[in-house]
Amino acid sequence: MSARENILKAIAMNQPELAELPVIDIASTIRYEDSYTQFKTVLESIGGKVELISDLTVLKEQLISDRLNGKFVVNTIETLGDVDEKAAFLSAFELEKVEKGYVKGTVGVAENGAVWIYESQMINRLVPFICQHLILVIEKKNIVDNLHQAYEKIDVSKEGFGVFIAGPSKTADIEQSLVIGAHGARSATIYVIA
Amino acid sequence: MAVKHADLAEKFIADEPRTNWHDETLWFVREKRDKAAHGLPEWEQLREWGSQIKNNTLSNLSNYLKEFEEKATANGIKVHWASDAQEHNEIVHKIIQKHGIQKIVKSKSMLTEECQLNEFLQHRGIEVVDTDLGERIVQFRKEPPSHIVLPAIHLKKEDVSATFHEHLQTEKGNNDPQYLTEAARQHLRNKFVESQLAITGVNFAIAETGGFVVCTNEGNADMGAHTAPVHIACMGFEKLIPKAAHLSVFLRLLARSATGQPITTYSSHFNKPRSNQEMHLVIVDNGRSKQLGREDFRNSLKCIRCAACFNTCPVYRRSGGHSYHTAVAGPIGSILNPNLDMKANADLPFASTLCGSCTNVCPVKINIHEQLWKWRQVIVAEGYVATSKKISMLGMSFVFSSPKIYRLMGKTARGIMHVFPFIINNKLNTWYKQREMPEAPKDSFRDWYLKNRKN
Amino acid sequence: MKVALFIPCYIDQFYPNVGIATLQLLEKLGCDVSFPLQQTCCGQPMANSGFASMSKGCDLNFMKNFSGFNYIVAPSGSCVLHVKEHLHSDKHPDEAFLLRNTIYELTEFLTDVLKVENINASFPYKVGWHNSCHGQRGLNLSSMTEKMLPEFSKPEQLLKMVKGIELRKPKRNDECCGFGGTFCVSEEAVSVKMGKDRIKEHEDNDVDYITGGDTSCLMHLEGILRRKGSKVKTIHIAEILNSVL
Repeated sequence: MSARENILKAIAMNQPELAELPVIDIASTIRYEDSYTQFKTVLESIGGKVELISDLTVLKEQLISDRLNGKFVVNTIETLGDVDEKAAFLSAFELEKVEKGYVKGTVGVAENGAVWIYESQMINRLVPFICQHLILVIEKKNIVDNLHQAYEKIDVSKEGFGVFIAGPSKTADIEQSLVIGAHGARSATIYVIA
Repeated sequence: MAVKHADLAEKFIADEPRTNWHDETLWFVREKRDKAAHGLPEWEQLREWGSQIKNNTLSNLSNYLKEFEEKATANGIKVHWASDAQEHNEIVHKIIQKHGIQKIVKSKSMLTEECQLNEFLQHRGIEVVDTDLGERIVQFRKEPPSHIVLPAIHLKKEDVSATFHEHLQTEKGNNDPQYLTEAARQHLRNKFVESQLAITGVNFAIAETGGFVVCTNEGNADMGAHTAPVHIACMGFEKLIPKAAHLSVFLRLLARSATGQPITTYSSHFNKPRSNQEMHLVIVDNGRSKQLGREDFRNSLKCIRCAACFNTCPVYRRSGGHSYHTAVAGPIGSILNPNLDMKANADLPFASTLCGSCTNVCPVKINIHEQLWKWRQVIVAEGYVATSKKISMLGMSFVFSSPKIYRLMGKTARGIMHVFPFIINNKLNTWYKQREMPEAPKDSFRDWYLKNRKN
Repeated sequence: MKVALFIPCYIDQFYPNVGIATLQLLEKLGCDVSFPLQQTCCGQPMANSGFASMSKGCDLNFMKNFSGFNYIVAPSGSCVLHVKEHLHSDKHPDEAFLLRNTIYELTEFLTDVLKVENINASFPYKVGWHNSCHGQRGLNLSSMTEKMLPEFSKPEQLLKMVKGIELRKPKRNDECCGFGGTFCVSEEAVSVKMGKDRIKEHEDNDVDYITGGDTSCLMHLEGILRRKGSKVKTIHIAEILNSVL
């Protein structure tokens, strides 16, 4: 018998009597009076920055100025300006030099400051991780209170990959002292469109 | 038994200032956990849901695994099955060989520690770079991790500085964690961009979708997995959960229990390989199906590896992870490891006061301290305790079973002291090493009672 | 109210005053207390060491002594928990089940059964309460810092009725003292370190006494305190609740 058959057989023999799944009553989970404020407070407590903007003007200008100054940026958001489709074909070696990544998120989560991003919003799976500085854009109406609601809004298996990102990369592996900027982005700024 | 927790712990405690530091540092993590849990009015309900979902998973595991395999395969993931550590390591090795790969990065996977994958590959001339900062530190030092979430928590920044000075040529004596982390960032980013194969662990695998989730704060799993043309994810079969919606329960519990963060920085959901990438998933048994059949101990398989039980354990905090001489230390390790090797790990269920704090913090409600108690019974029944202990227990049982003998022993200047647990089981009266003996009174309570109340 | 008094073996042998205080306190509160004379030990030392199979003699003796009472009370959370969880009889399983549900730890008996609201006691000292794990987490005598549930404490509720007492909380209010039965010798280094750390917090609070509901924890702490020549003393809660100055 193959390992697969052996394992499955042993499990089938040893697993206990069927226990029911619980009913997850999402209505009983936490709600915030002001989801945006909660989102901002949490994100800032874990090293992120949050800016509320009325439209994309500031960001468009920032992107233009980055490019004018010769900064290596990757923009994946159509409404901001030219999209760097070529990022799809860049190697990690090249992407490692990316100063800034502009990425649109689908949902923001107030309880933990996380933003959901689909693979299609990254162009290259590496972009939001490998860039030195991450710019995320979400709409205020897409901020939900908690993770249960977030999973109701997204479809995790719709694309090949997706991720919740909550702030910049960090570590506390040396004496539990928090250092921002481990392997991933050194900073994460989340622009929330009102 | 080659090494014992008690002896290793004694060595650890010999450096009292460092022990205090270790205890306080981990207690601080426990306090952060408390604060995070207090932030959710539904915390206890969430634990209950987590527990029930895992109970359901274990009770229907064979079907869930088949469902998962089918979906994952349809997604383009190559699924492998390994009965034990050896098979797991061979599967990984074969994939590496097939591609003739040299450059391998690995993010944290306690399973690969359990299987001793690094050593296995090293013997075959293959070097694996651990990319979690804590794991890289201990890898440089040729030490195992001492904690499943904070692998280098036994080290101080001075130690890390010396290690990095030796291996990464950082400034001698520069102990600034920021500086040291930056040095590791530069070093490891170079490793990432040239990696040909990435190995990651799995936090949750979803039967319904055939996808899996990997959680990190540093981003190292993603840096490797999205760069390398080959990604191998390794998981014990208990990592399964039934539905994607259940991720909400577990991701809410995991980081809060582990470090007090509301969520890890990155919670990456892998469903399909990217184009031109090979994605492998190795499902490992290695004693788990046996544990599933142990009615008293199967609940240990609910564990989501948050290490909250480590941080709260007063024994762990004062004895360090290495005193548990196994890949997974702490209270959860002490109920998992006897299943893997009862003889070598017979000491671990006794490395606890049964205070029960572990059970209280467990996000999936594993009755850890009750299982510790039950393992003690099994270990004794299987004959893995010293004969001297058995003899003294027989003596105690004899005395306590007979009121007359009990009282007779008590008469001779409280001679009964010799059968009490704090004096037996040793030749040199271990109690007295650092503690005074209780002062023996003239009369027992019963003596007093007969004089004052009876008549 | 008829009550059977269970005085665990080490209290009987080494700390008779705890037994006396318990008896007098219960009598003061109007209980008709019996002390079955052939009692010994609950069997916990063997069971917690993995030798539950050897505690049959203790179980049998315990049942012989305590069958037929409506209430069994003992001044020890640990021994009570052991009886509640593990008292076993192949011959008389129903009787064992009954006894397991008849036994009470002293403070819970006072708050839950006698519903004591006043105690005529006076203890004008600074006192630190030590939560013993088996009483707290095992018998649920007080809330636990790990759980996100409302705060309460049955022993503290009683101590607050004592005149002149000044309760001072240690920083880690429910950390284990490290006694742990045979753990205290088989893991001597960790056990003593845990005890020292508990003591330090109480000393930082400048208490006169450390009190608790389990003599085993107190015996361990007392051993360390006396070795270092500390001025802090240990005392069982029954002795405080029974003290009139």
